Parts: sequence; structure tokens; C-alpha cells
Amino acid sequence: MSVKIKDASVPVIPFKARLSRWFGRNLLRIYMVFGFTYLFIPVAYTFAFSFNDSGKSNLVWKGFTFRNWQNPCGAPEVCTALGNSIKIGFLATLFSTILGTLIAFAIGRYKFKGRSTSNLLIFLPMATPEIVLGASLLSLFLVFKINPGFWPTVIAHVMFCISFVVVTVKARIASLDPRLEQAAMDLYANEIETFRRVTLPLVAPGIAGAALLAFSLSFDDFIITNFNSGTLITFPKFVYVSAARGIPAQANVIGSAMFFLALAIVVAGQLVNRKKSR
Amino acid sequence: MKVSLPKSRVPYLLLFPGFAFLFTFFILPIINLAQTSTQTPVSGGDTGEYEQTFAFSNYVHAFLDNREQFARSFIFAALATIFALTIAYPLAYAIAFKSGKYKNVLLVLVVAPFFTSFLLRTVAWKQILGEEGFLVPTLRNLHLLGQQTTVTSTAFAVVAGMTYNFLPFMTLPLYASLERIDPRTIEAAGDLYANGITTFRKVTVPLSLPGVVAGTLLTFIPAAGDYVNAAILGSPNTKMIGNVIESRYFKIVDYPTAAALSFTLMAAILILVTLYIRKAGTEELV
Amino acid sequence: MGKGVSAGTRQLVSIEPIEARGDLRLTRITKSYGDFKAVDDLTLTIPKGSFFALLGPSGCGKTTTLRMVAGLEEPTVGSIHLGETDITTTRAYQRPINTVFQNYALFPHLTIFENIAFGLRRRGIKDVNEQVAKVLSLVELPHLADRKPTQLSGGQQQRIALARAIVNRPALLLLDEPLGALDLKLRRQMQIELKWIQREVGLTFVHVTHDQEEAMTMADTIAVMSEGKIEQMGSPADLYDNPQTTFVANFLGQSNLIKGRIDGGDGDNLVVDLFGQKIAMPKSRSHAIDNSLYAGIRPEKFRISRVGSPVRGNTLTGGRVEDVSYIGVSTQYVVAMPWGQELMIFEQNDDGVPPFDKDEEVVISWEPGFTFGLRGDEDIEAGTEVEPEEQAE
Repeated sequence: MSVKIKDASVPVIPFKARLSRWFGRNLLRIYMVFGFTYLFIPVAYTFAFSFNDSGKSNLVWKGFTFRNWQNPCGAPEVCTALGNSIKIGFLATLFSTILGTLIAFAIGRYKFKGRSTSNLLIFLPMATPEIVLGASLLSLFLVFKINPGFWPTVIAHVMFCISFVVVTVKARIASLDPRLEQAAMDLYANEIETFRRVTLPLVAPGIAGAALLAFSLSFDDFIITNFNSGTLITFPKFVYVSAARGIPAQANVIGSAMFFLALAIVVAGQLVNRKKSR
Repeated sequence: MKVSLPKSRVPYLLLFPGFAFLFTFFILPIINLAQTSTQTPVSGGDTGEYEQTFAFSNYVHAFLDNREQFARSFIFAALATIFALTIAYPLAYAIAFKSGKYKNVLLVLVVAPFFTSFLLRTVAWKQILGEEGFLVPTLRNLHLLGQQTTVTSTAFAVVAGMTYNFLPFMTLPLYASLERIDPRTIEAAGDLYANGITTFRKVTVPLSLPGVVAGTLLTFIPAAGDYVNAAILGSPNTKMIGNVIESRYFKIVDYPTAAALSFTLMAAILILVTLYIRKAGTEELV
Repeated sequence: MGKGVSAGTRQLVSIEPIEARGDLRLTRITKSYGDFKAVDDLTLTIPKGSFFALLGPSGCGKTTTLRMVAGLEEPTVGSIHLGETDITTTRAYQRPINTVFQNYALFPHLTIFENIAFGLRRRGIKDVNEQVAKVLSLVELPHLADRKPTQLSGGQQQRIALARAIVNRPALLLLDEPLGALDLKLRRQMQIELKWIQREVGLTFVHVTHDQEEAMTMADTIAVMSEGKIEQMGSPADLYDNPQTTFVANFLGQSNLIKGRIDGGDGDNLVVDLFGQKIAMPKSRSHAIDNSLYAGIRPEKFRISRVGSPVRGNTLTGGRVEDVSYIGVSTQYVVAMPWGQELMIFEQNDDGVPPFDKDEEVVISWEPGFTFGLRGDEDIEAGTEVEPEEQAE
């Protein structure tokens, strides 16, 4: 490296150079602002139009009102759809988190024959386009004369959520220092106690994250749901179907409410974590 | 020796419920799909009644009839992946290295749009960029956009919609691998006479490669099979293979063709992914 | 075959009474991973109440040995006894043995208090509060009870790890490179403190390290390990003054090893021919098995003199100063001998003699009693070029 020796007086940097230097230093930050604006434009639009005094079609701004927020179930079927989505999301999260966590522990904690095949089986559903997953499952249901509907949709969601749960939990398990479990064993905790008092609490944030991911994947899924839900209407299906003739502002209310709720959960989680580590 | 037989059984016990589920509702359906794909209509039967005749010609017909949509699916998906990578890389880089104590907040913000249903957001784009939105008429008035030019119902809109929707899938893995880079390696590169660009090219990019691979796969795969963006933001001229499969299933009730198309799509994606992973030289994806 | 293979007779030591106190005896232990023998037919007794160090370079099998004692690995062959109790196949949580882990392995989700109370609670001890308080004041960190491990400095974490182990008053405390993560100054301080705590609580400490200085500072007895075997065992002074193998001679401090032949005896002494120059050494300090041997002399035992000045004891002539490094308390010389070997000499700066110049002709001398003899068929380089740092073993 070269060392430049200047005279002792503080060098004066010309304004133009200073400006370009500031720009160079903050280029990425400026970019970040644009990036996030891009990400949030439709969210902001959805939120803004939840206050539109729109009547039937929510395409053009017609005036400000709180009515949609006061009566979110005002549009026909919108709350039924929401209820179905929440129920399906809850069940799919529950089952996929349990099944996926078990698999993650098997793959992350043990060396056994067929481990790489297991990894492949977890990877495949993620590498398969949703439309193929949805269509193939529907074909199977049709063969067994099972009508599409609530439970087939839950099954479909569990199926595509498992892999994501496995990957998330496995990453957490992999980052766990094996010496912690050895230390517990060394300190008179048997296998079950070691799992309960050391392994599980340390993996728990990973499991919680996986569950949150599973719920949002399930709640937001349209393609697979569309194939397996039959006449049952879920929230994304409701939006898709009504997109053609104009989405009621109540859907914007629900979308925005979900957004803020999820944000609140994440922020609360972060705060709890921070408090814990303090 | 302990070797403890019960212990060696543990992983299989843990795997069993989940794998039984995946076998029944993932593997079996795929096998069934393969079967369906070579069926032909029962002569004189109702619509939707098919029998197994090992008609592999289904594949030929399915592919030849929908060459255009196949090509479009892969081109659109590839474009969306490239755009998403271009947008997400600096974003992920900025979050990983330039965000200081706001790192966690910014990460949450990347994921946050997820929580508003992606369909609502896609529809929002349609309305923002549509004829009745304020943007297009304004641009026309400023003569920045031709009077006849529309934004929605174009291939551009479909690719843009996919880019937008899959952006977080690209950003998160990129962030994860960038964040793992020890900043000292970047300083070391500077110390060893590499300028900013060279450091980026020779140190940062190679070290973030696993994230690039994961991000591009997580974007490309769902994009190739997507039909929602094409349905909402596109026109009949921008139909992708997903739209065809969907309508074969629900409108035409032509299960064998739909199955053959699905299978071709899946095979094409798996081949591409395998080649890609080979080339990128990363084995550890999951 | 040892007793350890008889898994059928495995008896479980109950968790509660930790009465199995006494010497730790490893009998013909072998641990193989496939074809590789990490520990090879090792027999060792560690007396109750001692501070014992297992010293060796990375991959010598010391950590594997420790893990077998802790119950985290099981020997392929052989048996481990604590007092009269066979603990070869006893599970880790059933042994009255605790470990201070490398990098401490403190539970990040528990407070310092709960970390220390962990073992007590598992054993169903009643007065947890009192015991934790006591051990916290022993390690002089009573004010940290409510903190989380990540909020502690390295040195503090080290003490908590120690407290978490000794609060259980184990029959045996294992320390796995406990000071490896600390900086030099803190390490020195902890070495003294550990030794003090060991005397205070009167437990048997087994300390695994690759740092010879650390082992020599703390341990009463050191076993030097190499390639799964014990090279030599003894007090630090024994090992340093009278090493029995070239590995120990080189790994513990520095040695000048000069190839020679035994050329007859003279009472209690041997006469040894070193490239034509005759020297004497005590018979009792020779470990050679035939005529061929290495004569070993530690660098600080050599004296260096000008040609013609009076010398006593063994002498070697024809040396020429190759390099001089003045390091305050002493001056280090490299002297080239006529047969091509370079010898290392440390000379205390306490005699007012001005340092020798480069290229000066010198005579080397030393007391015959300091010489040690090693087998001439051993590798002269053994123990010199070992990796100083070890991580995963």
C-alpha cells in the first residue's frame, strides 16, 4: 500500500468531490430506499384503497371512508373465505411442523443409511412446480373418488409445507454446538432430559420460524389450493375469482390487517428475543 | 460395545410419519400422474373417462401443440430470475453490510409484503399500471408513453409481475450467504491490491454463490410453473404452460394431456436444475 | 481383550450417590475408527487428588481418551475403573465425572445461575441456591448470576464453566483445553487460579492440553502422548531433565540431540563418541538399547567459552558462532559444529562476559550429569514439527 504524506494542514476537499464521495458512500443506501419502495408500492396501494368509498368495484378512487374497516365482512363470502384460509393454515401448520421437525431431527442429528435419499425426498417437492404438485394430487384424489374440498386442501398444504419446515429446522439444528448436548449429559441429564432442557429450547426459535413460514405459505397459496379445494373458497381464491369483476374493498381491509398483524407478531418475537438475551 | 440397536432405529422412527405422508401424497400422485399421462379417452365414454393404453404419443401431441407456451414459460421464468437477481443482489448486499443495527428490521421488511396476499398485490399492480390507474394516463399526458401503448396485458407486465412476486425468494438466500461472509476477507482482498470491483468479482461473488444458486432456483422453479401472473397481468398472447395445464384440467377435462404437460414441465425443470447445480458446483442446497 | 467388551454385564451406576471415588484406572484401552487407532492399548492410573495432564500434539489421542473417561465415547477394547467401580459402559450422565469443555459449552438459553444449577437439579439436590452461591463466590463472580453466557467475557465464561462442573463435587474433573480460547495474560492468571482451586476443593483434575508450558505449570504428573500411545509419564521436572524418547525431548522444550556411539564404560558413567570427540554421561540416564544413541543436552545446560579459556566437564571443540540473538535475560547462540550440525545454546547474561561475535571460534562445555541418552534408531525430528493449534480431534 502506498502512503501519501501531505502537509500538516487539514486538506480542503472541494464541494464537488465531497458530493460525489457522499454519493459513492451512500449509493447502496439510496438503492435500498428505491428497492423497498418498489416492494411496498402494491402494499401501500392495497392499504390506501381499503379506505376507498368504492361501492362494488374498487378500481377508481371515489372518496375516503372508514366503512370498510368497520364492516370487514360486508362483502359477500369474504369472511367465509378468510375463515377457511385461517382454518386450513392452522391445521397445515400444525401437522407440517410436527412431521417436518421430526424429519429435521432425524436428518440433522443422526447418521443413517439412506440419509442422502432422505435429503433428496425433501428437496424434490421444492423443486417441483406448484402446478404439478396440485394437479398430481388432484388426480390421486379423483382415482380414489375423494372429492376436493377442505381436507384434501389441508393435506395438499401439509405436503408442500413439510420440506420448508425441514429445511428451516435443520438449519437451526446444524448451527447447534454438539458440545452443549454433551455438556448436559455430562451434568447428569439423561437423553430425554437433555432433549427437553437443552436441545428443544435451543431449536425452538427455528421451529417457531418454520411454523410462521408454513402458515404464511399455506395462507397465501393459490395454485395448489385451486386444484384441490373444489367449491371451497379460500381467501386467495376469493381474490382471484373476484379480480375479473373488481375486488371489494373489504378484501383490501383483510389483506392490510393480515399485513399489520404479521408485522406485529414478528416485531413482538424480535422484542422477546432481545429481552431474553439481555 | 454399546452400539445400542434401539438408538440406530431412532432416525427411522422419526422419519416414518413424515415420509409416509410424503410418499402417499407426493410420490404416489406423481406416479399416478405418470400413469394418467399415457391414457386415452374411453371410446363412447363420458367426458373425463379415460383408460390406460400407454399412449406415449400424448407427450408428442402435448408438446407439439404447446411448444410456444413451453418456450414462453422458460423464457419468462429466466427473464424474471435474471431481473430478480439484478434487483435483489445489491439489496441483499446493502442489508448484509450497510444496515448496521437496522439489519433485523430491514430483513422483516423484505418478508413483510408476503403477508399481504400475493394475489392482492398482483391485482394492485394491475390496477396501478392499468388503463384506469393514474400512472398510465399521466405518462401519456407527459408524452412519456405513446397514446396507444399499454402496460398491462403485455409480456412485460407478466415478467415484471413475476419478478416482483419472487423477489423475496431471491433476496433471503442471497442475504443469508452474504451475511456469512467474514468482512475481513473483503478487507484482506483490499489489502492485497484488489480494487473495489475486483474484490467484488473475485471474493464477494464467489463466496455468495450458494445464495445465488438457491435464490435463482427458488425463483425460477415456481416462475416456470406459474400461471397467476400471466392470468392477471397478461393477455391470451402471453399464456404460459401453467395456464394450459390449468385449462386442460378444469375447462376441457383433458386429464391425460394435462398430466403429460405437467410431467414434461417437471422433467424439463429437473434436468435444467441438475445441469445448473452441476455447473455451479454446489451440492449443499438443502 | 479387555473387560469393556462384555456389554452383557453392564451395570448402571445410580445417578444419586457419587461414592465411586478413588484412582482412575484405564486398562489396555484401544479406540479405533475403522483402521485408524486414535488410542492404542493405553494403560494409565491417575491417582486420587492429583492434578494430571495429558499432553500431546493435535491428533495424538488425548481428547479421545478424555471423552472415553467422560463417557462421551466408548472404548473399542479395554476397561475404565473409578476406584473399584467399572465405568467402561456407564453413560455420561451416570458417571461422577464432570467436564470443562473446550469453548466452555455454556447453555446460551439459561442464566449463569441456571447453568451452574443444571447438574444439581438433575441430581435432585436440595439446597441448590446455597451451593450455587458458594461456588460463584469461589470463582469470584457472585454478581453475574442473572446474566446470560453471551454477556460474559471469555475469562468469566471460563470460570463459570469451571463452577458448573465443580459444584457437583465430581470424583474427577476433566478439563479439555480449558484455556485455549483465552489470551496469553489471562491464561497465565487462570493457570494459577485453577491450581489454587484444585488444592482448595481437593478434586482429581485431568487436564488435556497441547501447550507444554501450561501442563508444566499446573500438573503434578504429565503423560506425554503421541499417536495414541503414552510416550513418557512423570513429574514436569522428570520429563524435562530426563526425557526418554526423542519425541518427548523435542516436544517438551528444546533439545540438542547429537548422534553418537557408546564407546565403553567407566564406573557409573558411559563414554560416548560424538563424531570423534569423547564425552561422559551417567549410565542411569541412558535409554539406548544398543551402542547407537543420541546424546541430548538442553540448550541452557551448555556453556560457551573462547578457545583457550579454562573449561570443565564435557567439551566439544571446533564450534563456530553462526548466529547471535540477544534477548535480555539471556543470549541465544547457534553454533555450527565441524560435523555440520547446528547446536542451540542459551547463555544467561549474568557473568559480565561480553557476547560472542558471529564467526568466532568457540568451545562448548557442560556437566556430564545433564546429558541424557536416547535410542539411536529413533527419529531425531520427532515432536519438533507438530501443529501447535488443535481444534477438531
